Amino acid sequence: MKDTKVATRQMSTLKKNDIFWGYLFIAPTLLGLLIFYIFPVFQTFYYSFNDWGDFGNYSWSGLQNYKDMFDDPQIWYSFRNTLVYAFVMVPFSIAISIVIAVLLNQKIKGLTIYRTLFFLPVVTMPAAIGMIWKWLYNADYGIINHMLEWFSIDGPSWLTDPNWVLISIIIVGTWSAIGTNMVILLSGLQGIPKSLYEAASLDGASPIYSFFKITLPLLSPTIFFVAVISFISAFQVFDFIFMMVSPTNPAIDSAQSVIYLFYHYAFVIGEKGIAAAIAFVLFIIILVLTIIQFRLQKRWVHYE
Amino acid sequence: MENVSKSRKLVIHLLLLCGAILMIGPFLWMILTSLKTVGEAAQIPPKIFPEVFQWSNYKEIFDSFPFAGFYWNTFITTIIKTIGQLFLCSLAAYAFARIKFPGRNFFFILYLSVLMIPPQAFLIPQYQIIANLDLLNTLTALVLPGLFSAFGTFLLRQFFMTMPDELEEAAKIDGCNHFQIYWRIMLPLAKPGLIALAIFTILWSWNDFLWPLIVNSSPDKMPLSAGLASLQGQYSTNYPVLMAGTFLASWPLIIIFMLFQKAFVEGIALSGRKG
Repeated sequence: MKDTKVATRQMSTLKKNDIFWGYLFIAPTLLGLLIFYIFPVFQTFYYSFNDWGDFGNYSWSGLQNYKDMFDDPQIWYSFRNTLVYAFVMVPFSIAISIVIAVLLNQKIKGLTIYRTLFFLPVVTMPAAIGMIWKWLYNADYGIINHMLEWFSIDGPSWLTDPNWVLISIIIVGTWSAIGTNMVILLSGLQGIPKSLYEAASLDGASPIYSFFKITLPLLSPTIFFVAVISFISAFQVFDFIFMMVSPTNPAIDSAQSVIYLFYHYAFVIGEKGIAAAIAFVLFIIILVLTIIQFRLQKRWVHYE
Repeated sequence: MENVSKSRKLVIHLLLLCGAILMIGPFLWMILTSLKTVGEAAQIPPKIFPEVFQWSNYKEIFDSFPFAGFYWNTFITTIIKTIGQLFLCSLAAYAFARIKFPGRNFFFILYLSVLMIPPQAFLIPQYQIIANLDLLNTLTALVLPGLFSAFGTFLLRQFFMTMPDELEEAAKIDGCNHFQIYWRIMLPLAKPGLIALAIFTILWSWNDFLWPLIVNSSPDKMPLSAGLASLQGQYSTNYPVLMAGTFLASWPLIIIFMLFQKAFVEGIALSGRKG
């Protein structure tokens, strides 16, 4: 009788101890996240219903910011550009990454060297990538147009022609996304048992057949993961566009992304209310697309 | 069979080589351009190698920009953010994985929800906090919000979850408290996770662009990324100098990557598997 009482008391001091340590351990990050991330989200939402004055003062304005936002053709352009960018860049870069990952998975010599080269853009700062490509794309002295001249092709003004600028941006986005995708896909590929391929080739299956019937289905969970994170980051594209396309660029309407315009509204012209509205609409779009992706995964992702 | 696979390997190498050239080409062109005169860079048809290596382009950058300061600002904020995140995230991750306390699930879901929020949804208030604390144009501004990471906590929690209970039980019997178990037993075992998180933090911190652009407009407190943008403002068409600056901004991380490339690649792959 006495023993169990002592035991329960010990138990409860242990539990109290656990509560103390648990909260102590999460306290710093919890406070930081609350102050810098969680509370600010609600604040942003609130700001989107306020009109901002020149000196940081703001007053309730209802849905006016949202109205202003949808009346501004620039904002429509930026959403269009971002959607096109994401829906072209993501599938394109994933397809290329799958091909490279499969090639690298073939027990070939020099795997590390190839992997290093494909990974280089990932460790290069996007601001630097923007600068490098701006030079490559230069209409008069850029190396790309010089090389096109060898084939007697008159290269376009990549970054100032409204018909080309988004394509140029998509190329840079793809080029810099391949490394990360490839590494994640390669580790997914290495998880596929070799015996499956051996069995298939004994049955006389061609490598192409094995690719579509074994590799793709078994890799689909990894592809799904890569697709989800790629879409989220594609919707936030900013850094290299900011470096390559200045606000005075004649093709700006066809180039600016949502974040580009968000930055302009919030931190260049000080319209924080409209910027907050833009941020919120983009947040909703990302959320909805991510949910759709999770819904659609049942149709094509194979979990064992 | 041998022959078939040999020719197949040749095709694979050819394909990969083409891809690799597309990847490395822009970097080589950056380096070559950075050593040319403006005239050479604009020459038609282009010259691949400069007549004389123009090291003066690099000198020019250090003369007219506080580039050494850019390095220091980037370096010190990256170090502080990385060490801070490793410590704070691993503490919280340990609690979420190994300690039972009321509200644990609620708080963990709260952390997870932060993962879903895109940055622009908290940038404006973050900027205001920094401005209200009078921290604009300081290194503290660069570091502060980045010390706290929901992603890091999530990543490390996955590691602490997989550790055997026996170790913890034995330590408890020996009278260790949770901090001792965390510090002496769990942290050393979570090394792969810590390395992965360190790599992500270094990458993000070194390359971060939008946040420094917003909070630090004075050149002496800028990191390399924002410094590069201001470089472009001054040398808008002097591509040799711009390429020299671009090279200077990006080489340290490329070298670090070359030295620790196995850890980098494994860290990124790991997040794919744990995520």
